[in-house]
Amino acid sequence: MGNAMYKTGCKTALLSGMLWLVGCSDPSWQTKDISELMPPLEFELVDEEARSVTEADYAGDVTLLFFGFTHCPHICPTTLANLAAISQELGEEAQNDLRVLFVSVDPERDDPATLREYTDAFGPEFTGLTGDEEALQALTRRYRVTYGYGEKDDAGNYDVSHSNAVFAFGRDGDAQLLIREDDPKEAVMADLSRLLTH
Amino acid sequence: MGEFDSSLAFLLPWEFSPSWTLACLAGAGLYVRGLLHRRRCGLHEGFWRPFAFFLGIVAIYTVSQTHFDYLAQYMFFVHRGQHLVLHHLAPFLIALSAPLAILTAGIPHRVRNLPTVTFAAQMLKPGYRLLQQPVIAPLLFVGLIYFWLIPQVHFDAMLSHRLYQLMNWSMLVDGLLFWWLILDSRSPASGGLSYGVRITLLLAVVPPQMLLGAYLTFSHNVLFDVYAVCGRAWPLAPLTDQRLGGLITWIPATMMSVLAVLIIIGRLLGKRSTMYRYG
Repeated sequence: MGNAMYKTGCKTALLSGMLWLVGCSDPSWQTKDISELMPPLEFELVDEEARSVTEADYAGDVTLLFFGFTHCPHICPTTLANLAAISQELGEEAQNDLRVLFVSVDPERDDPATLREYTDAFGPEFTGLTGDEEALQALTRRYRVTYGYGEKDDAGNYDVSHSNAVFAFGRDGDAQLLIREDDPKEAVMADLSRLLTH
Repeated sequence: MGEFDSSLAFLLPWEFSPSWTLACLAGAGLYVRGLLHRRRCGLHEGFWRPFAFFLGIVAIYTVSQTHFDYLAQYMFFVHRGQHLVLHHLAPFLIALSAPLAILTAGIPHRVRNLPTVTFAAQMLKPGYRLLQQPVIAPLLFVGLIYFWLIPQVHFDAMLSHRLYQLMNWSMLVDGLLFWWLILDSRSPASGGLSYGVRITLLLAVVPPQMLLGAYLTFSHNVLFDVYAVCGRAWPLAPLTDQRLGGLITWIPATMMSVLAVLIIIGRLLGKRSTMYRYG
């Protein structure tokens, strides 16, 4: 009798444990809800004007955070162009409240001037940031992402591995969404407009 | 000098975790105390058993509290290597060293007689017995490998520090339980599982691991996008990473079963020859 009860107890514990693991995230978000997984936005970096900036400089905006490098052949230009298209479709009001922070993890090649030239091509809501190794590591560690450099070729070019996802933060700076490369545009649109109306 | 610095940096934890460090230190500390205590009573353990035990502890510490852990978070194949150590190799070595008597001798008397310790042991016993049932143990052993490799679960585990810790701890604890059951130094006559059942369990866990490993190795799709989402430690083709991970899940993991079967057969033969000699 005791044994049977014990077994039932174990099964219940196991089941609830699995439910907890699979997560109780809000199903109405169409991209990945990370509000339970990730800490609020926090960083100390250098912007396109070579000024020191922190998350406080962008407080009140819905912030999208993306890690990359300006020499990136595919992922970065595609992701930023997609975000620019989405931002356009969301309308002018939304654009004013949306901030895309493009953090270069390749400070050796991406100085503030290079970053400004690069992000200007996508729109006024795009801001390039970078920092020294310590600052970049603090930020990438915080969001459990990393980056690494490939071997230099004869011309001095090298590949950089980096996160291909966009982290979205609400107006209060709390982490809310992780937008993946293959998320449909409609899903991203819907989630971002919801985040903007919060 | 630079190289020395970078090797030193590699030995430092990527994410310091008191639980892993304390567990390794406590294990090693108790063992050393136990060894010294038994030596005073004239009991010598020889070289191989303590060697296997410490190798297991060092392996656990290395994959959890050095920069190996960084690589394991950002490369799928290194992650598979980490779980190979936590779930197979290190628990195998620790169980093979049959450290219970030495660890018990290492517990200070005051602690051993604390009512909370006795109470906790009493409370854990039924759970332990249940998990060590010959049907449950292999299911749990294989089930956990599969569970943490469900792409959605794997995604969350790599993204959340809390889940990541839970994943690695669950692998280690389950590894210890399983190999402890299999390599139990007690003979079937004195309470251990029968040798036939042990061999059956070892063979039963092989096909599901081979299947999973082969699936990962031969899949043409990237199954775990979390490594692209988080970035890899260095630029490596995602499918290459996945194939290497698949091979680690498949070959060395199943070889551990073969090795354990050989050890059990060895014990069986040893028992027979003892029977002939004295019987």
